[in-house]
Amino acid sequence: MAAVEHLQPGASHAAGAVIPAPGRRWPASAARPVWHALRRSPGLTLSVLVLLGVAAWVVAPGLFTSADPITGVPAERLQGPSAAHPFGTDQIGRDLFARVVHGAALSIQATVVAVVVGLAVGTFLGLLAGFLRGWVDDVVGRVVDVLLAIPGLLLSLALVTVLGFGSLKVAVAVGITSVAAFARVMRSEVLRVSASVYVEAARSSGARWHAVLGQHVLPNASGPVLALVALEFGAAILAISALSFLGYGAAPPAPEWGSLVSEGRNYLAAAWWLATFPGLVIVAVVLSANRVARALERRVED
Amino acid sequence: MGTVAEQGPLLSVEDLRVSYRSGEGRADAVRGVTLEVRPGEVVALVGESGSGKSTLAHAVIHLLARGGRVDGGRLRFGGEDLTGLSEQQWREVRGRDIGLVPQDPTVSLNPVMRVGAQVAEVLVLHGLAGRRQARARAVELLGEAGLDRPEVRARQYPTELSGGMRQRVLIAVALAARPRLVIADEPTSALDVTVQRGILDHIAALTSTLGTAVLLITHDLGVAADRADRIVVLQHGQVVEHGPTAHVLGAPRHPYTRALIAAAPSLADIPGRRAPAARTEPVGGPGSALPDDGRAAPLLSARGLVKEFALPRTAGGARTLRAVDEVSFEIPPGRTFALVGESGSGKSTTARLVLRLEQPTSGTVHLDGADVTRVSGERLRRLRRRVQVVYQSPYASLDPRFTVERVIAEPLRAFRVGDAATRAARVCELLDRVALPAGVAGRLPAELSGGQRQRVAIARALALHPDLVVLDEPVSALDVSVQAQILDLLAELQAEHGLSYLFISHDLAVVRQIADEVGVMHRGRLVERGTPEQVLLDPRQAYTRELVEAVPGRRARALGVSG
Amino acid sequence: MTRYVLRRLAQGAVVLWAAFTVTFAILYLLPSDPVELMASGGGEQSVIDPALLAELRAEHGLDRPPLAQYLHALGGAARLDFGRSYQSDAPATSLILDVLPQTLQLTVAGLALSVLLGVGLAVASTYPRTRWLRHALAALPPLGVSLPVFWVGLMLVQVFSFQWRLFPAIGNDGLASLVLPAVALALPTSASIAQLLARSLRQTLAEPYIETARAKGTGRARVHFRHALRNASIPALTVLGVSVGQLLSGAVVTETVFSRVGLGRLTISAVNTQDIPVVMAVVVFSALVFVVVALAVDLLYPLVDPRISLRRAPVAA
Repeated sequence: MAAVEHLQPGASHAAGAVIPAPGRRWPASAARPVWHALRRSPGLTLSVLVLLGVAAWVVAPGLFTSADPITGVPAERLQGPSAAHPFGTDQIGRDLFARVVHGAALSIQATVVAVVVGLAVGTFLGLLAGFLRGWVDDVVGRVVDVLLAIPGLLLSLALVTVLGFGSLKVAVAVGITSVAAFARVMRSEVLRVSASVYVEAARSSGARWHAVLGQHVLPNASGPVLALVALEFGAAILAISALSFLGYGAAPPAPEWGSLVSEGRNYLAAAWWLATFPGLVIVAVVLSANRVARALERRVED
Repeated sequence: MGTVAEQGPLLSVEDLRVSYRSGEGRADAVRGVTLEVRPGEVVALVGESGSGKSTLAHAVIHLLARGGRVDGGRLRFGGEDLTGLSEQQWREVRGRDIGLVPQDPTVSLNPVMRVGAQVAEVLVLHGLAGRRQARARAVELLGEAGLDRPEVRARQYPTELSGGMRQRVLIAVALAARPRLVIADEPTSALDVTVQRGILDHIAALTSTLGTAVLLITHDLGVAADRADRIVVLQHGQVVEHGPTAHVLGAPRHPYTRALIAAAPSLADIPGRRAPAARTEPVGGPGSALPDDGRAAPLLSARGLVKEFALPRTAGGARTLRAVDEVSFEIPPGRTFALVGESGSGKSTTARLVLRLEQPTSGTVHLDGADVTRVSGERLRRLRRRVQVVYQSPYASLDPRFTVERVIAEPLRAFRVGDAATRAARVCELLDRVALPAGVAGRLPAELSGGQRQRVAIARALALHPDLVVLDEPVSALDVSVQAQILDLLAELQAEHGLSYLFISHDLAVVRQIADEVGVMHRGRLVERGTPEQVLLDPRQAYTRELVEAVPGRRARALGVSG
Repeated sequence: MTRYVLRRLAQGAVVLWAAFTVTFAILYLLPSDPVELMASGGGEQSVIDPALLAELRAEHGLDRPPLAQYLHALGGAARLDFGRSYQSDAPATSLILDVLPQTLQLTVAGLALSVLLGVGLAVASTYPRTRWLRHALAALPPLGVSLPVFWVGLMLVQVFSFQWRLFPAIGNDGLASLVLPAVALALPTSASIAQLLARSLRQTLAEPYIETARAKGTGRARVHFRHALRNASIPALTVLGVSVGQLLSGAVVTETVFSRVGLGRLTISAVNTQDIPVVMAVVVFSALVFVVVALAVDLLYPLVDPRISLRRAPVAA
């Protein structure tokens, strides 16, 4: 057998190096593949930078603009984009860039609330359904079916009808529409991981159910859920800005991205920048969130 | 087969080099291979995974996977140079001059097209028949490929056919245009051994009647030995040995070929146990009765095990499936009982019943005389300490996020054995026991080879000093040379620790190397029991005989090749 | 086959019932008083005569216990009667039916455009042999799904109505007024169809049976259209119901942007005035549309995927 023994390392090395084997590589640590992915994809790097930039707008808008987002300078009204006002000014002379930067707080906070509501309720339901199965699974399944059957915006509108208007209420209404997606992904991930051989191996080596759940099922189910968080983040920005555009968000002088577009609507012909720039910011953020979601999905698939 | 005409080669490959994009660079898969296939000849290309054999086959029909590229060399077919053909010209070669029988029939047919249309497509594409004629011809071809009622089959969809039937459809596709060469890429490795034999026989008969040359890609030297006129052995993308089958097997010159032959379970000449030196008591020769201690108090005894599964309701179908039907056996301490059978025979379900991962419909499982059939909760968990398991796929059975150390220590933590320091020491000891360097403790499963992972799984199974280890196809996902090492390791560990094994396998050749007693399962029933020698040399049941005869490598054994 | 259709109809009815129940729970049981809202006409701080309140409660059956209200409403809904609008006092159902043709026009045009654009883009981003062209085209769908419908609408108006004066900016006046809203509505939906279908196509093209087809000598176009597209469209077909829901949501916004009469405008004014019966009717109606589309897709499946009919009803060979 000696001959075979010395063959082994070479053979295994060749197997690793020659055949491009997808689906066999897992990150050694969290940080290394992240850097690797960023270095190889400029689009992803840009997306992360956009999201970090917007986060900075939320935390410290004063660092990015000194103009007042609420009171304008009447003399400077409806000016096009310039060095002084990169996004131009509105009908009462407020700097649009300042309004967008300060509006990030309202828009992003509402988005975060929406995602947290969807994530918390959805993953909890999905975990229950996937882990307990039986009638719990059936009930959760029906609830998810119903939530999917009603178009998201209409469900949000129904909730807004009774909850009333305002940034936070809109956020909750949007969050509830994403419960179904989180519940579905969590359930199917828990089912997938629970059915895996390594979970059975853990059970048959005597691990208790809570150890199996905490050490095997949850960590391995978390990847796709994380990718969904990024995806739903983008979707929530779109839904919240739509509701804010329709006038259900924060009350008027407060700058919210959706309502900024809505304000610009009245000056489409005269001041194109008013509707254009806030919309572009929304597109950039959603696009970045989706790009990050795709990168996270790929990492899970690899 | 093998009436090799004295004429120029049909296919000649000269110094072919192929590489794949990998990370930022390129990895060579085929490094300067030269080989020839003469008209009507069967050439087997043998190698383990990663040897480049499949890449070579695909390069011959210019269908490399994404990222693959031919870096150099020459391809000639029937005297014509194929190098530098346009895509349009290649299209005329494929299917018309060179046919392909792919690897896995279950996924190689278009699921939304009737099989007849898939056969007819070849004829229409190459202008060999009009639509209507092609349809009629497809039925003939399906019949020729050995399908019963071809006119009915032609109108069915792939999902309605079994794996073996689908492979016959693919043979009909490959031979439809009467190509002069057929490339068979591991044509049967996804099929059960008895089906495999029928398919290989059929390919052989058809191609020799039609005078078609065959380039047979296989990892199984036994298959190559049975079917080929010449054998080409590939390692790391290079040809290490080639020549007529009898020469390569009878007088191998390269150490790798010798190692492959030694490791190939199906080529082992005499049924014999591995590492017999490790055993103290003599092993019974062919035809002898069970060893005496077989009647001593068994460690495990399964009596009348039955497992029924509810079937989804279909019109007129049975409501339940009896996966395991009245199965009884005992395993004495320190001995190995092997269950052999094809897929669906119920062998794995039986293992799961013994492991108490499934509840038997009826029957009992006794461990050391105590009835454990119905224990549950904490008592069941304590039972797990004594009965451990090693699974088929070392890729699936290790949590991808766990380091090797965490994997092996998991059973210790579950039973609160020792503190962190003693557990770490025990992990080192276990790694040493399964011949892995201590350095792998901090690594993730993905960083290990298949054989190394299976060693980790074995170390985990041993962590709690179990009495019985259930080995569910523990080597069938591994390369032959690695298989041999793992089987050796298992034999050694058994001798050292007095372990009992329940060994589940589809491969009679593997089983005879490790088992003290063999049980053959067929459709849920244990149809035959005996020592490996009895079962292999003197099978009493028709099914067992079929199974034994289907083991490849008979011709090589007849030639007296042995490890 | 008939039995299967009946069973799917029953399942659809259950989903509808559940959707009705969830909406009822949201609209009638959450702590808000529809009657007060009704009497105050949407304004918040007026003082209302308690006698008037009681009268209104009795009129709309809101003085009864919740279960009785629910059963009454359910009985009504089964007869497509969702009560009368608090605002106009017209039956909610007839308000919907009045504006339905307008919205139907918009969503059907949007759907046709979405499918056309979506399938076209998916094929275009997988078919070309040139790598950079495939990659460039594949970057479009992610961009499309990131576009807010209302903003796309405004941008279209800005360019095509105000600058180039090609199409009217607002209104329901014939075909010309339908173009911009339909495009605005279709862009994001077509992008999500393209994204899903392109992904599915790429996966399908990597399947072993595609290799079998190529090994037969099949050309690129035939591999793509005859072998891959049909297999790849199966998952895309599954989400058609969701796409229609997305279009209905989009229609609400689009109709606001283009000041079109329709279901969306009706919904917005009902939400603004907390006209609960109308909101209720709209939500249940949208669930009905979803259920009908899902059923239609299910019945279409066997035409695309022979495995489906096999699984559900064994073939009589």
